[in-house]
Amino acid sequence: MTKISMTVNGKAVSGEVEGRTLLSAFLREELGLRGTHIGCDTSQCGACAVHLDGQLVKSCTVLAMDAAGGAVTSIEGMQNADGSLSVIQAAFQEHHGLQCGFCTPGMVMATAALLKVNPKPTEAEVRHHLEGNICRCTGYHNIVKAVLAASGQDVSAIAAE
Amino acid sequence: MPKDGIGASTVRREDVRFLTGKGRYTADINLRHQTYAVFCRSDIAHGRINSIDTAAAMAMPGVLAIMTGADFAAMGGNPAGWHIPSRDGSAMREPKRPVLAHGKVRHVGDAYAIVVAETLEQARDAAAAVNADITELEAIVDMAAAVANPGHRVHDEIDGNLAFDWGWIEDNRAAVDAAFAAAPHVTTLELTNNRLAPNAMETRASIGDYDPGTGDYKLYTTSQNPHLSRLLIAAFVMGIPENKLTVVAPDVGGGFGSKIYHYGEEAAVLAASKALERPVKWVADRSEAFLSDAHGRDHVTKIQLALDKQGNFLALRTETLANVGAYLSNFSTATPTFLHGTLMAGPYRTPLVYVNVKAVFTNTAPVDAYRGAGRPEATYSIERVIDKAAHELGLDPLAIRRQNFIQPDQYPYTTPVGLVYDTGNYNATLDKMIELADIAGFEKRAAASKAKGKLRGIGYSTWIEACGIAPSNLVGVLGARVGLYDAATVRVNATGNISVMTGAHSHGQGHETVFPQIVADMLGVPASSVDIVHGDTSKIPFGMGSYGSRSLAVCGTAITKAVDKIIAKGKKIAAHMLEAAEGDIEFKDGKFSVAGTDKAKAFGEIAFSAYVPHNYPLETLEPGLEETAFYDPANFTYPAGAYACEVEVDPDTGKVTVESFTCADDFGNVINPLIVQGQVHGGVAQGIGQALLENVAYDAQGQLLSGSYMDYTMPRADDLPFYTVDHSCNTPCTHNPLGVKGCGEAGAIGSPPAVINAVVNALQRGGHKAVTHIEMPATPARVWAAMNA
Ligand code: FES
Ligand code: FES
Repeated sequence: MTKISMTVNGKAVSGEVEGRTLLSAFLREELGLRGTHIGCDTSQCGACAVHLDGQLVKSCTVLAMDAAGGAVTSIEGMQNADGSLSVIQAAFQEHHGLQCGFCTPGMVMATAALLKVNPKPTEAEVRHHLEGNICRCTGYHNIVKAVLAASGQDVSAIAAE
Repeated sequence: MPKDGIGASTVRREDVRFLTGKGRYTADINLRHQTYAVFCRSDIAHGRINSIDTAAAMAMPGVLAIMTGADFAAMGGNPAGWHIPSRDGSAMREPKRPVLAHGKVRHVGDAYAIVVAETLEQARDAAAAVNADITELEAIVDMAAAVANPGHRVHDEIDGNLAFDWGWIEDNRAAVDAAFAAAPHVTTLELTNNRLAPNAMETRASIGDYDPGTGDYKLYTTSQNPHLSRLLIAAFVMGIPENKLTVVAPDVGGGFGSKIYHYGEEAAVLAASKALERPVKWVADRSEAFLSDAHGRDHVTKIQLALDKQGNFLALRTETLANVGAYLSNFSTATPTFLHGTLMAGPYRTPLVYVNVKAVFTNTAPVDAYRGAGRPEATYSIERVIDKAAHELGLDPLAIRRQNFIQPDQYPYTTPVGLVYDTGNYNATLDKMIELADIAGFEKRAAASKAKGKLRGIGYSTWIEACGIAPSNLVGVLGARVGLYDAATVRVNATGNISVMTGAHSHGQGHETVFPQIVADMLGVPASSVDIVHGDTSKIPFGMGSYGSRSLAVCGTAITKAVDKIIAKGKKIAAHMLEAAEGDIEFKDGKFSVAGTDKAKAFGEIAFSAYVPHNYPLETLEPGLEETAFYDPANFTYPAGAYACEVEVDPDTGKVTVESFTCADDFGNVINPLIVQGQVHGGVAQGIGQALLENVAYDAQGQLLSGSYMDYTMPRADDLPFYTVDHSCNTPCTHNPLGVKGCGEAGAIGSPPAVINAVVNALQRGGHKAVTHIEMPATPARVWAAMNA
């Protein structure tokens, strides 16, 4: 076991990990941040997505040790400072971009990463960017709509309001 | 009506916790002193277990217990929920489905041991050290071969590998055959309804927690129906009193059918917890999900439609081999029969229908209900053969459907396959779809595609389903071993806020938002003062759970019945307080008033008085304001709709792109349009996934070839378009007070044939006239091969 430290959602944290401990397991089991979900074992569903040093990563594919010293943002760190829903979170609620909620943390993290580099994405860009996040419930319609809405674009013309 | 009542697109209150990482799914629950379980699973499809050596594994660090099939041999089997007799009257062959494989392993992934250790890593390491000596037997994978080869047996006691050979309706068979013999035209189509993996994004997980002090068991598990799980585990498998077992299904990350069933892992963690007197936690990884969750579909069908030259349907018959896998899962016998054969009339007046289904055991994972469950299989067969018939007769695919529709003045309409449709209007949804999909503009769009070098096609389906399976006395006659009613308790607290205990379980459907809308509407209180309690057998009266699009139609109706009782009691209390006759009390907009006067008591005052009964008719009325209702529906509900799919096919690669998808549905009354549309979107995506992308494949040795997201193609955001969804053509259900029909499965039922009809249409329009069918999934390889045959 090795002691590691990092910043998670703005707070300094530390814990004991094995060499094989994944960042996802460190967040969930060690820190109790259970909003980061595990949906697969081949690094393809994106339910575990977090930001590490500003980059979107799949936390099931990062060793906790490799994240030592870094800054992690997980879904628990995405609300506004006053606890209210962020623009992205509010758009997902407003446009029914989630059903069971299991993929949702990863979707929110992926959306935040996209809008940071591409503040006004096209529909095609949104769909392409979300390719690494699987949702089984929504058929993506309302997720894509929510992302476009979160970017400040008018979504009223999108079919089936 | 409160603004967040019936009909409002209220945003979901549960979203806040899911959006902030505060959802609590089974895997998120950690109990004090918990241990971790890992299952040993067969890596061969069929084999005889000679011995399982656990000594080395037991000696490894942290290992607490290892139990094998032998340890569970005295327990009961996990039963099939429906008994389906064969055409010759013989009983269904129902081999015991043990908690853990014993004697034989029967599919890759069949669990034969549970290893429990202090940590997950220790359990994993030890599981790898369990040494099972298994003699490999020939795997039985192909259904036709399973039926044709005597002596090759998945279960030693069942020669021919059939659970049943079912005819529906057997007495009609001769008349149907006679109609075919005399028919001017017969269209025949052989097709496969591909096997699917449900793939709820949350994998299955269970925590067993035995209390040695009281002898009570508690199971946290990923279930769509905790009471049903409790019944199966307690009464059938473990043989413990139901009141000694509590089943809790907390937040559940999608189900789609796969979490209806009781699986052996649940009984195993309970038994291990009892043995260790510590909680035992198991969380499936995705690989285990692919291997051991019940799969869906997997039918091979020959369907024939007899018509006159004008395209009027004269008779329809089908022969289906339905794969049930290695064991009969709980709904596996109902799915290919009463959820499939009874739908074979579709929305059409076909006077004669006969359905034959043979349920075949194979050395593959069990197959059971997956979103739509039997109805997608029926719809796909019907809607494909109709398109083929129209093509053969040179008729328009929409016109042939329309001319055969049951007409609005024909309800109640008794079909030749045993259902009575209460209401509908198939012309209305068809007209709406034609308008929304801009069918008139299709040729222009096709020309634009052609200019880009693409082949454009359009396909339709006009579908119907039976939801909210009921009534209990009828399903009992049909072989169901349970009732299919539901229950609700409405508890008005002293301070006027309300708890609703419902037998429905929400795993994405939004019950926490929708059910309060109904209660708020009925009681004239704000929806925010109503909370839903679900998913815990110790807190809710009873319930059969959520599947078959039944939550609103059945469980929602139970809630309205309980609210009716609250209002009735409230009137009695109000009559006393207002010194009026009970018959003079009216309840409206949250107020009990004396008719024709301005004397009134607000709902909150009545609730308070029920709990602080200082001025209360104690001699005739009990204090408190809490009512329970059980509701057993009088009939199924029959949602229906018309779908159109437009595709572009790349002639160089065979790749199909869905350009648009339009749904005009009749769900009866709609409580929350936002949620209804979301349900349709999700169902359509799963249907497009089935039609173009998804397939569970086994090789001839029974090895699963599609065991991860590397090999099983899940629909992703860039595979799908925005959908156009409409539900304005409503014919309210006639036999429940809300007039609702259910919407959860519609998209998955109606969409696959529309997609394949569109692909075939694109190819035919592109000059490939000989192409009359493409199997699902219509992968680029298949489409290219069809174009280059
Ligand atoms: S859990 Fe990390 S990608 Fe699926
Ligand atoms: S909301 Fe259920 S998986 Fe996306």
